Amino acid sequence: MNNATILVIDDEVQIRKLLQITLESNDYKVIQASTAKEGMITTASHPPDLILLDLGLPDDSGHHVLQQLRAWYTKPIIILSVQSSEEDIVKALDNGANDYLVKPFRTGELLARIRSAIRGNLSEENDPVIDCGSLQIDLLARIVKKNNEIIKLTTTEYTLLCMLVKNEGKVLTHHYLLREVWGPGYINQSQYLRVFIAQLRKKIEDDANRPVHIVTESGVGYRFTAT
Amino acid sequence: MATLINRISKPRQYLYSILLLTLVASGCYLFSAYIDYRVVAFLLLLVVSVTAVLFDILPVLITAALSALTWNFFFIPPHFTFRIDNTEDMVLFLMYFVIALVNAALTYKIRKMQKESLAKEEKANTIKLYNTLLNSLSHELRTPIATIVGATDNLQNFNSKLSDTNRNELVHEISKASFRLNQQVENLLNMSRLESGFIQPKKDWCDMVELLYETVKSIEENTGVKKISIQVDQNIPLFKLDKGMMEQVIYNLLYNATLYTPQHAAISISARCHADVLKIVVEDNGPGFPPEEINNVFDKFYRLKNTQAGGTGLGLSIVKGFTEAHKGKIFLENADTGGARFTINIPAETSYLNNLKNE
Repeated sequence: MNNATILVIDDEVQIRKLLQITLESNDYKVIQASTAKEGMITTASHPPDLILLDLGLPDDSGHHVLQQLRAWYTKPIIILSVQSSEEDIVKALDNGANDYLVKPFRTGELLARIRSAIRGNLSEENDPVIDCGSLQIDLLARIVKKNNEIIKLTTTEYTLLCMLVKNEGKVLTHHYLLREVWGPGYINQSQYLRVFIAQLRKKIEDDANRPVHIVTESGVGYRFTAT
Repeated sequence: MATLINRISKPRQYLYSILLLTLVASGCYLFSAYIDYRVVAFLLLLVVSVTAVLFDILPVLITAALSALTWNFFFIPPHFTFRIDNTEDMVLFLMYFVIALVNAALTYKIRKMQKESLAKEEKANTIKLYNTLLNSLSHELRTPIATIVGATDNLQNFNSKLSDTNRNELVHEISKASFRLNQQVENLLNMSRLESGFIQPKKDWCDMVELLYETVKSIEENTGVKKISIQVDQNIPLFKLDKGMMEQVIYNLLYNATLYTPQHAAISISARCHADVLKIVVEDNGPGFPPEEINNVFDKFYRLKNTQAGGTGLGLSIVKGFTEAHKGKIFLENADTGGARFTINIPAETSYLNNLKNE
């Protein structure tokens, strides 16, 4: 029941080919563009359900393309980037990209990101209880349960957890979390985030040292996965 | 010594040579009753020779000229005039002048030649290093490429003849080779970052517990090795470090340990805080390093003699480079048990925020 249309904007033929095969064998429709200009035109004429955008395009910077697209295109955009350019990634996420993948990426990861981005796009389910295996979060009653036992969380811990859970599957940058949970004055106080993430993990993870729910995206932010 | 002299600025060279000349000349003048003025000439020549060994050509030539004039003015009778009555003295003075200048020029020339031959030697060393790099690189990059090309050829041309096991094995080899290639490229990129000279750590608060567990996890995922034990106090403070660099440092040390220790060897990593210094120790109970080679292991492209293929000889020099970018120190020793022990000390800002009560 997939059949979502995905636009791939990348100048490398090999990457486009690889993405096409991977996506088509997973029942997505794929359209391709090799330049920024072509990408913009294609997006306007056949708006896709999701865009995979390479940051290093020959005719224009991916960041610029992203900004222009975000002026009107509201569906998910996932960034493809080369290794070790966290600043680029953070910038793109702050400019409205939904997620990112670093080349070389694993196919499983690619599909998981696409699924989660499209899901977040389709459903704003109005279910106040979020169920992730042994962990249940009741947003209405403000109760978090692990293995059916209520966990005591401080206000900040709860706010942080809600923020992550509501954006399940999506990476949230350090700055975003600090601003939303602590306020704009705190965006450079990353030590708060480190400490509270560590505390949350101790409370909700089976093994806080090997977290499965709150995953660190090095140099970028955190991602909540339900699994 | 040559480098030390090069560091003295030009104006100072003039100052020092003139001071030296004045000092010797006044000494001679004080004892002029006991020293013949011809002997003074030799002493002044000595001063010129000394400055010629130490300083640049211009200060030396000026010293030579000045010494000739000083000798003439203060020592050749009649004193306190540039006039010379005696023909013999006239000849002596002219001879002195020429000898002083020739002395200065020749000494300078010899030094220049020496410098050139040093530069030549350095260049030869660079070329040698470059060749080592090319050999190491072409081997380390071509091996995985050859694997990929060979495996895909097999899959394309003999697909029908291949057994399922062999086909799977070829695909597995391609995947392994790609991973290795990626690792080498990562190392090369890091090396060129270090070589470019302006590597600035982007420091932010790091949770060491998380960093250690995560890095060990990625080692386990990439190598399949599961024998690394982690010792870290859960209440260790946060450190202000470049997380990406520290990950690379720990990753390379652990990766090295997994690569060069026997299958059953144990590897351990620990992190501790000693008064604003982060101390990381990576230890194994493998064979350790040959004592005579310990000093070389952090050198670029250095690889232990008789080691198996697998590294570029870049891993440890990156570890050292990144540690030093944090103003830290790394050293290697063989533990009493015989295995290798790497110790890293990095001074860093700490935050004990986690000991505070949260609201």
